[in-house]
Order: sequence, then C-alpha cells, then structure tokens
Amino acid sequence: MQTVAKRVRKATVGREYCVACGCCVKVCPKSAVHIVKGIFAEVDFEKCIGCGKCARECPASVIAISEVPL
Amino acid sequence: MKKRWYDYLWIVSLLYLFLGLFNILFAWLGLLCFFTPLIIAVVGGSKAYCNRYCGRGQFFALLGGRFGFSRKKDPPRFLKSRWFRYGFLTFFLTMFIVMLWNTWLVLSGIRELSKTVTLLWTFRLPWHWAYHGSAVAPWVAQFAFGFYSVMLTSTILGIFTMVLFKPRSWCVYCPMGTMTQLICKARSGNNVSLSQNYKENPYIMQSEQ
Ligand code: SF4
Ligand code: SF4
Ligand code: SF4
Repeated sequence: MQTVAKRVRKATVGREYCVACGCCVKVCPKSAVHIVKGIFAEVDFEKCIGCGKCARECPASVIAISEVPL
Repeated sequence: MKKRWYDYLWIVSLLYLFLGLFNILFAWLGLLCFFTPLIIAVVGGSKAYCNRYCGRGQFFALLGGRFGFSRKKDPPRFLKSRWFRYGFLTFFLTMFIVMLWNTWLVLSGIRELSKTVTLLWTFRLPWHWAYHGSAVAPWVAQFAFGFYSVMLTSTILGIFTMVLFKPRSWCVYCPMGTMTQLICKARSGNNVSLSQNYKENPYIMQSEQ
C-alpha cells in the first residue's frame, strides 16, 4: 500500500541562458530534448526520466533536475 | 546511441589544424565552418550546424568528456551573460575585419607577406615552413595565415575553458554559435517566448527555488 505521494525527477532548461548548442540532445538516452528553432532546448516531460545526463553535459549549466510530485 | 557519419567530423577538424602545419593554403577550407553554419541558420532557421555537424564541438566533447581533460565544473556566470557573449562576438568580428584589412594591404602591395601565425591576437609565431613559394598571389597566402590564426586561437581558448569548466564551454561564447543563435532569434521574431509559463511546463513552478 502506498501512503507517500510519489515524486519524480524531471529536467528543466533555463531558456534565458541556453545557447542552443544541443549537447543535451546528444546525451539524452530517452531522446527527450529537442532544440526549438535554434534558440533554446526544451524537455519533453513525458519522456524525461530525470537521469541528469543532460544537466551534467550542458556547457552553460542551465539545466536543473528537480523532484516534482507525480 | 547509434553513431552517424557526422559524429566523426571531429576528425576533419583535427585534420584541418594538422594540414595547416604543412601547407598554410589549406586554411582556406576553414571558410566552410564559417559559411555553413550561417547559411543553415539563415536558410533553415536552425542551429543544426552546432547540434550535429560541428567537428570542433565534437572534438572538445571527446577530449574533455571521454578523455577526461575537463574539470566538468559549472562555468562562471559572466561567461553565459549576454554582454560577454555579444561582446566577444563583437571583438571577434572586429579582429576578423583587421585580418581582412591586412590581406588587403598585402594585395595592394603596401605591406609584405608576413609568414606568421598570430596566437590570441598577440603572439606572433614563425610559420614560414608551411609556405611554399609563389604559386599563388601573396594575398592568398596572407589570408590563409590570418584565417589559420583565427582557427588556432579559438581552439586554444576552447581548450582552456574546456579544462577549466565543461568540455564544450567554448560553445557558450563561440562567435559562430552566438551569431547563428542571433540569426535564429531574428528569424522567428517574437513567436517564441523565452519565458517559461506554467501552461507549457507544468513542473516549472516547483523547480524554481
Ligand atoms: S534528465 Fe535524462 S532523460 Fe531527462 S532530458 Fe535529461 S538526459 Fe534526457
Ligand atoms: S546543453 Fe545546455 S546550453 Fe546547450 S542546448 Fe542544451 S540546455 Fe541549452
Ligand atoms: S557553438 Fe561553435 S564550437 Fe560549438 S558547436 Fe556551435 S559552431 Fe561549433
């Protein structure tokens, strides 16, 4: 029986400082990231498993992994 | 992930620097990494060059990532700030114009061909061994020396920030990357919002501390 609310980890991109280099796209095992019109990266929350690979790779360090309620 | 042909373009980037050691005229090929990203951005409205084809980015990712020549630390805030990125782009383009000017001086016979490669816009290294006489006009060689200087300088800066920060830190302030992103922004006008809102990103509320 589950009594604790389930929490999941998801990646979010800080668009303001994203340079659209695409490093995150390359390392994502779930193909959850894509670059929007050459301006910033966007994460598909349905696909993201919160592994954090993209955040570690991002040269601008603009990806945050956070725990969110399911 | 499955490797594609364009995942090996880092070899081309290395080869480019290598060839310039033997015959400076190969430096002209570098114009490809100048015009290709711009054309893709203007025509296609994307940064596909950065995202896929750029051998230099791949080279840094390999050297800093796989081979571990990077501390993998967050870059300082200023590196990704607008004033630094646009400032560096302005500086870079200014130095590029200076390089073209020097080429013109040689073309018009005002100045002699200088068989040197200038590192970091400051240090002149003798490079005469890569020059093999007068098969081409002196200005053609002058441009090659100038362009090779630009490519070598940016590689050195890139390696420097690769070691200090993340492998591809160079991509944060790379003039080509900044320029193509600016073109993409201009192309899409105000159609794409930079600010995230709750509707398109249901998690942003919780993730913003
Ligand atoms: S956290 Fe992992 S799954 Fe989610 S976008 Fe980043 S790399 Fe992909
Ligand atoms: S790696 Fe970072 S800077 Fe590059 S596109 Fe992804 S989120 Fe943006
Ligand atoms: S930002 Fe510069 S170095 Fe990085 S992928 Fe784009 S063109 Fe290549």
